[in-house]
Amino acid sequence: MEKRVTFRGWRLPLLLIAPQVVISLVFFFYPAAQAIWQSFFIPDPFGLSSRFVGFGNFTFLFSDPFYRAAFGTTAVFSILVTLCSMIPALFLAVVADRLIKGSGVYRTMLIWPYAVAPAVAGVLWLFMFNTRVGVVSWYLGTLGYDWNHVLNGGEAMGLVVVASSWGRISYNFLFFFAALQAVPKSVIEAAAIDGARFWRRFWTIVLPLLSPTTFFLLVVNVVYSFFETFGVIHTITGGGPQQSTTVLVYKVFADGFVGQDLGSSSAQSVILLFVVGLLTIIQFKFVEKRVHY
Amino acid sequence: MARERHGMVEKRGAGLWLTHVFMILGVLVIFFPIWLAFVASTVTQPEIVKPPMPLWPGDQFWENYSKALFSGVNVPVSTMLFNSLVMAVGIAVGKIVISLLSAFAIVYFRFPGRSFFFWMIFLTLMLPVEVRIVPTFEVVAGFGMLNSYSGLIFPLIASATATFLFRQFFLTIPDELAEAARVDGASPMRFFWDIVVPMSRTNVAALFVILFIYGWNQYLWPLLITTDPEMNTIVMGIKQMFPSGDDVAEWPVIMATSILAMIPPVIIVVSMQRLFIRGLVDSEK
Repeated sequence: MEKRVTFRGWRLPLLLIAPQVVISLVFFFYPAAQAIWQSFFIPDPFGLSSRFVGFGNFTFLFSDPFYRAAFGTTAVFSILVTLCSMIPALFLAVVADRLIKGSGVYRTMLIWPYAVAPAVAGVLWLFMFNTRVGVVSWYLGTLGYDWNHVLNGGEAMGLVVVASSWGRISYNFLFFFAALQAVPKSVIEAAAIDGARFWRRFWTIVLPLLSPTTFFLLVVNVVYSFFETFGVIHTITGGGPQQSTTVLVYKVFADGFVGQDLGSSSAQSVILLFVVGLLTIIQFKFVEKRVHY
Repeated sequence: MARERHGMVEKRGAGLWLTHVFMILGVLVIFFPIWLAFVASTVTQPEIVKPPMPLWPGDQFWENYSKALFSGVNVPVSTMLFNSLVMAVGIAVGKIVISLLSAFAIVYFRFPGRSFFFWMIFLTLMLPVEVRIVPTFEVVAGFGMLNSYSGLIFPLIASATATFLFRQFFLTIPDELAEAARVDGASPMRFFWDIVVPMSRTNVAALFVILFIYGWNQYLWPLLITTDPEMNTIVMGIKQMFPSGDDVAEWPVIMATSILAMIPPVIIVVSMQRLFIRGLVDSEK
């Protein structure tokens, strides 16, 4: 779409667009180009010179069991976070949608966790499951279950998944609730007159009508679990135990800043760039589709 | 819309009660971590380290919060709150200003390189800070912006989303307005200030809510570039309050800090719910 009426001149618009372009160049494109450039080199231990290794960093990464493990961890983590944040949200939205009065009050209370930063959410959940003082871990102990996410990788994964999903439930709830409110009531009533019970109506009418929202949320939640959960993992597990919660983004940080392995960290950044690119394309393909509806 | 519903698809009696019970249970489960943090911020350290801790608030509210705010662990929490405020407002205002200007240029002018710049801005969508941390850190260090507000703000300020949102909105402004402005001999900037900006008020407000929370909740970036505790933001500073090694964490103060860290974004989300939801839906389109 274009404007019919425009203003003349080219100096003013260039001036107007300059701040954004300059900031994008300095803080986005230059660092991204740097990451790509550095991914082809291995710096010497003193950082004085570096040696060109072609795709050496990449081939090394893909043969590195720890990196391949991080791919697997990221996949498991993202799938679990997406499911754990979408299913409860859909359930709550369906229940809230059945209320005529009071749904606004519940909505106000349910959106709270969205405002809580992932890193703060991490601290709250860490506190509940802390091996020494945690309330939940203590009660689990009285039930005979010995909770220890510091040593047990599976429990560590479970904890970061729940802590990452928690704030997301609010977000998904808002979108599901809005979508449910937009489902034409006449369709539901027609089905009800034909004798369809609640669950049948839900599976055959409501859920298919929600599919654009569901697909949108799937993509958005995967992006979230990839890139915005760093704070949760850093506060709760620090990637451990034995790297069992080291996702790709965490590994870029751990190798680049803690391990000071710049070549490998840059190569990992480049791989992530491809992942983001892919996800963005999927997102836009979907947006295009939705416009046709 | 909800009010039009009636009759057979609306639950009444026992079903309605069950629905409320489900909702209340849901709210309680979702709320529990926040409640527990609040309780922990009002009791003494011995009450926490000897589990199970109480589930009802104690009487140490003022002690713990004043200790957190005015002495903290590494640095007073009031300092971190101020840093977070500067960062969040800086990011929100900065993003809105540069996006308004660039969207105005793209929509209301035809100039060489226009579509090139448009695609360039679009591409920044694909470069989240997490994938370019090391080189961006080097750029910021090169400018001497470590431990500074500009270092916290500028690398996060370019936003394709906000630019697209404003572009989308500007395209809906009737052409007659620009036409009239031109006939009256008004300059483009006058049109921008007198017509475009006032018409964008609601969009700006909705975006501000979303961007403020985005900026306030940043973790990785402040963690990298603020090595001086005086420059820590509250969200990243909480983790720094945990002792390294085997010492016992000062839980009441840490939990008071956690509560303080969530108060500003929660107030904004809850009090500006309408704008917030609108901003959320708009910025994801």
